[in-house]
Amino acid sequence: MLTINNLHATVGDKEILKGINLEVNEGEVHAIMGPNGSGKSTLASVLAGNDKFEVTEGSVIFNGKNLLDMSIEERACEGIFLGFQYPVEIPGVSMANFLKHAVDEQRKCRGEEPLGAADFLKLMREKAKVVEIESKLTNRAVNEGFSGGEKKKNEIFQMAMLDPKLAILDETDSGLDIDALRVVATGVTKLKRPDNATIVITHYQRLLDYIVPDYVHVLYNGKIIKTAGRDIALELEEKGYDWLIKDYR
Amino acid sequence: MEEQERILTEATSGEYKYGFITDIDTETIGKGLDENTVRMISAKKNEPEWMTDYRLKAFECWKEMTMPTWAHLDIPEIDYQDIIYYAAPKHKTGPKSMEEVDPELINTFNKLGIPLEEQMALAGVAVDAVMDSVSVKTTFKETLAEKGIIFCSFSEALQDYPELVKQYMGSVVPFNDNYFAALNAAVFSDGSFCYIPKGVRCPMELSTYFRINAANTGQFERTLIVADEGSYVSYLEGCTAPRRDENQLHAAVVEIVVNKDAEVKYSTVQNWYPGDKNGVGGIYNFVTKRGICKGENAKLSWTQVETGSAITWKYPSCVLLGDNSVGEFYSVALTNNYQQADTGTKMIHIGKNTRSRIVSKGISAGKSQNSYRGLVKVAKKAHNARNFSQCDSLLIGDKCGAHTFPYVEVNNKSSVVEHEATTSKIGEDQLFYCNQRGISTENAVGLIVNGYAKEVLNKLPMEFAVEAQKLLSLSLEGSVG
Repeated sequence: MLTINNLHATVGDKEILKGINLEVNEGEVHAIMGPNGSGKSTLASVLAGNDKFEVTEGSVIFNGKNLLDMSIEERACEGIFLGFQYPVEIPGVSMANFLKHAVDEQRKCRGEEPLGAADFLKLMREKAKVVEIESKLTNRAVNEGFSGGEKKKNEIFQMAMLDPKLAILDETDSGLDIDALRVVATGVTKLKRPDNATIVITHYQRLLDYIVPDYVHVLYNGKIIKTAGRDIALELEEKGYDWLIKDYR
Repeated sequence: MEEQERILTEATSGEYKYGFITDIDTETIGKGLDENTVRMISAKKNEPEWMTDYRLKAFECWKEMTMPTWAHLDIPEIDYQDIIYYAAPKHKTGPKSMEEVDPELINTFNKLGIPLEEQMALAGVAVDAVMDSVSVKTTFKETLAEKGIIFCSFSEALQDYPELVKQYMGSVVPFNDNYFAALNAAVFSDGSFCYIPKGVRCPMELSTYFRINAANTGQFERTLIVADEGSYVSYLEGCTAPRRDENQLHAAVVEIVVNKDAEVKYSTVQNWYPGDKNGVGGIYNFVTKRGICKGENAKLSWTQVETGSAITWKYPSCVLLGDNSVGEFYSVALTNNYQQADTGTKMIHIGKNTRSRIVSKGISAGKSQNSYRGLVKVAKKAHNARNFSQCDSLLIGDKCGAHTFPYVEVNNKSSVVEHEATTSKIGEDQLFYCNQRGISTENAVGLIVNGYAKEVLNKLPMEFAVEAQKLLSLSLEGSVG
C-alpha cells in the first residue's frame, strides 16, 4: 500500500528526515515511537503534504501512485487521513458543515454524487457511536471550545466519516485521560479492516495495549533505527530510549 | 443546512462578473454642475418650488465645502464638472428574452441563486417579457396599499405625498451635514420613499419588491423611510447580483425616522463593480446613512454586507433620542485586490437607558485596505446608556491592511461602554487542516470566511443571508494560493 524509500525532508535549512524507509501493507498497524524531536510528526506532515516541509530526496508510492506529486487534498481523496496532534479551530463553521464539504469533495474526486442531506445525517449518527460522542458535538464549530479529549475523539470521528485507506494518527493519545484513551483507541480498532492500514505515532506504550501493532518502529534523528514487534514498546517503557539510541548519537 | 452546503461548493472561477451594459437610450443633460444644472434637474422632475429651493440651498452650501480627507482612503481627484448629473432612461432596448442575455451573467445569477423573474428584471429584459415579476409586483402593491403603507420612488412621493416628504426630508441628514450629503441634496436623481402608518406591521420584507423595481436608481440616490408609532418594517437595499454602472461616483443619502415603539431593520448588500484585479476602474461609493430613534422604545437595526466598490465611505448611524431606544449595527466589509473601505457607524446616545450594539467584521484580502471607524457618543443626560462594540478583522494574505479607529465620547457617569477588538489571519494551519480532509483551498477560504461572518449574516433576511454567503465566497475567488 505505502512504500517510503530513502525519504529526506527539510524545514528551512534544517534536515529533519534523513532517509526513512518504510513499507506498510493492507491490514497492518504500524506504531512509530521515538524521543521528542526525532522527526515523528514531520514524517506524518510530509506524508499528508504539508508544504512547510520540503522533500529533498527519496520517494513515496501509495497504491501505485507517486504521493509526492499530489496536492494535500488529492492525497486526502486517495485515502490518506491525518489525525492531528493539535486539531485546528475554525470558528463559526459547524462540524456538520465542515464534514459535509469534506465528504462531498472526496466523493467528487471518486466520481460520486454528493451525499443527500438525510443520508449524510444518518452517516454522522452512525459514526458518532464509534467514538461515543454526542451528536450535539456536530452542531458546534470545528474544535472551538472543545476539551482536549473532545478534540481527539473528534479526529477519530472524522476518520470514521471519511473512511481512509491509510490513517496516520499523530500522538492521538497525548493529553488523554484513561477513559478517553480507551474510547479513542477502541474507536480506531473498530475502524480497522483487512483493506486499510494505520500508522500510530505515540510516546506511550499504553495506547498499544488497545491498538495492537504488527510492527513498532523506533525513529531517532530522522531515521528508523529499529523495527521490531509489539514487545519492544514494553521494553522502551521500562528502560527508556537511551540504551537504543546511544550508538546513533 | 443543505442550502449552506451547496453555497460554497459552487464557487468557481475568477474575477467580478459583470456584463451589465444594456443599450439604454437616455435623455441626458450635459456635463458639469452649476445652479442651472440643479434647476434643470428639478424642472425635469416637475418638483414643487420648495424642493427646488432646497436643492439650490444645498448647492450653495456644497460650493463652500471641501471634500473630507480624514478617512483612511486614497481617493483620486474627482472632477465634478466632468460628470453628467441627469440621465433619465427613455425606453429600454434591452434583450427581449433570457436567450439574448449574456450567458456569463446568467451563470453568475445562478451561482447566487437569484430567482428567474428577478434575473430577467436585473438583466434588463424588456418589461413586457417579464410577465411573472410584473404580476408579483402588482400583488405586492395591493397588499401594501391595503395596510396603508406607502412605498414608491422618491419622485412619485414628491408628487403624491409632498407634505410627508417635506416634513421629514433632511430632518435626519440635513443638506449641510457633509460634503457628499450636500451634493446629493442638490442633484439627487431619484430613490425610494417608504411610510409605515401607526401600528402597522409591514407584512413582507420590502426586499424582493425593491430588487425588481429599483435595479437602476442612478448615482445620487435618496431614500427616506418613516416608521410611525408602533410600526415595523424590514427593508433591504441593493442586491447580491453584480452591478456595473458607468457612473463612477456614487453619493447616496438614506434617512430613517423611527417613532415611538416602532422598529426598522435596514439591510444592505452592496456589490458594485470594485475595479479589476489591478485596481483599474470601479465605483467610488460615498454614502451618508443615518436614522433617528425619535420616540421611546424605538429600535433601528442596520445590517450591511459590503463587498463591492473600489472605494467605500460609509457610516450608517443611529441617533438614540427616545428613552429606551435601541440602535444596532452589524457589518461585514470585504475588500480584495485594490479595494479600499472606510466604514463603520456612529451611535449617539441622547435618551435615557438607550442601548446600542456594534458588530463589525472586516475581511481584507489581496492588496486592499479595510478600516473600521466608529463613534460611540453618550450625551450628558443619557443615564444608564449602554454600548457594546465588537470589531474583528480577518486578514487573508500579507499584502492587505486592516485598521480600527474607534472613537468614544462619554459624558455621563452611569453609562457603560464596552469595546472588544480582534485581528486574525486565515492561518496556514487552518487551510492545511481543511485540505487534509479533502477540501480545496478555494472552498476552505469560503468556509472560514463565512464562519467568521456568521453572526452578521444571521441578521440578514433569510433569502439574502444565503445569497450573501455565496457572494463572500465569490468575491474572494483567487485570493489565496
